[in-house]
Amino acid sequence: MIAIIDYDMGNLRSVQKGFERVGHTCIVTRNPKDIANASHVVLPGVGAFKDCMDNLRNYGLIEPILSAINSGKPFLGICLGLQLLFTESEEFGKHKGLDIIKGKVIKFSFDTQHETRNTQHLKIPHMGWNDIKIERRPPALQDIADGSYFYFVHSYYVLPKDGSVVATKTSYGIDFVSSIWKDNIFACQFHPEKSQKVGQRILKNFGDMNP
Amino acid sequence: MLTKRIIPCLDVKDGRVVKGISFVQLRDAGDPVECAKAYEEQGADELVYLDITASHEKRKIFLDVVERTAAEVSMPLTVGGGIRTLEDIKELLHAGADKVSINTAAVENPEFIKMAAERFGSQCIVVAIDAKRREAQWNLADTSSMGETFKYYTPSTAALVPAWDVYTHGGRKNSGKDAILWAKEVEKLGAGEILLTSMDKDGTKEGYDLDLTYNISEAVSIPVIASGGAGQLEHLYLAFIEGMADAVLAASIFHFGEFTIRQAKTFLKEKGINIRL
Repeated sequence: MIAIIDYDMGNLRSVQKGFERVGHTCIVTRNPKDIANASHVVLPGVGAFKDCMDNLRNYGLIEPILSAINSGKPFLGICLGLQLLFTESEEFGKHKGLDIIKGKVIKFSFDTQHETRNTQHLKIPHMGWNDIKIERRPPALQDIADGSYFYFVHSYYVLPKDGSVVATKTSYGIDFVSSIWKDNIFACQFHPEKSQKVGQRILKNFGDMNP
Repeated sequence: MLTKRIIPCLDVKDGRVVKGISFVQLRDAGDPVECAKAYEEQGADELVYLDITASHEKRKIFLDVVERTAAEVSMPLTVGGGIRTLEDIKELLHAGADKVSINTAAVENPEFIKMAAERFGSQCIVVAIDAKRREAQWNLADTSSMGETFKYYTPSTAALVPAWDVYTHGGRKNSGKDAILWAKEVEKLGAGEILLTSMDKDGTKEGYDLDLTYNISEAVSIPVIASGGAGQLEHLYLAFIEGMADAVLAASIFHFGEFTIRQAKTFLKEKGINIRL
């Protein structure tokens, strides 16, 4: 059973439906017992970094998340669920994250001084379909072609201290880290649950991993 | 590289799909969920539902459509129409929408955008701007100082520099706001995206208002979706190249089977636009 952690941050239905569509059973829960008993754990999330951390804390979910990760069971972070794993974020002031991956979360910043009609300025949020360059292939990315397109919507991106955790990169003004892989953790900035067939393949791969 | 998005839009009334011509004539065209699935199959990048159900009591029907759609398709879904309260937004997001599009309520109370963005995150707050080109005001010149009174008219600055007014209530009411200034304001208030419809072009199939699209797109640093007027594939191309749009929204050219989304995307890709096929 896959546990999708519900901490009041965004639409979890599509994550749940995404797993169900590829034949995996899952529950949406904030009960620490469910998380402890789950074979796989998913941390989704959209919204502001600080609100997410506050909610995790208020619902008493930080310990259950840490112990799920330490237990070695497959762990998937999506969007803010990736960013929360990092040491700190610069979103509206500095905020501490879960500090499981060393590094920080920073905002896209583009030089807008040289706009002309022929060189469009890059918009923030980075919103839409962009491709990934696979640098290391975790089990979750099995059979995903290099250069596949995924749906993104975010204004901040992660900057890991240790480059060896990088799984994929994506280009938007700069080459930013679009997913990381460390032991049992795979976490992506894009939304597999919104990314049609390739996204469903990731959800299937994740659910197929042995705990 | 980030690709340009092609977004089909479905007008939904009482749980059924309709497509109005310039907001007036309506024509029933089927089940929204079936349309959504077909569009996903064709490679749509996102989907927009506009709920034009008049009565608030029938909201449940629309929520049910959103819920069934979210269960069936795996792409971002934006919903709009009659959203007035944070509770409305919560219900729609809970039903499975990824973004909500707000128009009248935002114009009447700009703070609503801020509250919604703070509560749900900018990424799910789209502000819809219905813009209409401001007609030139011709002013009667005062000739009395010349000794002899004769009438002649001078154009206001609106005739020299294009400008657009923001309309609300489904295009029926001029808010008096300037579209470019309003776009900048909604960005500041926390909107994550702008859905920009040209009232002049909507339903005409003459192409998007490229001046409007360009002016808004360059005025803000959030993504802009061009809407209103698409009749040929070339129009989509021009919205990207001339209008600098981040995405294009179209209804009738896809909805009545004139072109599939895949045909549109192949056409754009061949013309050098960065498109996800």
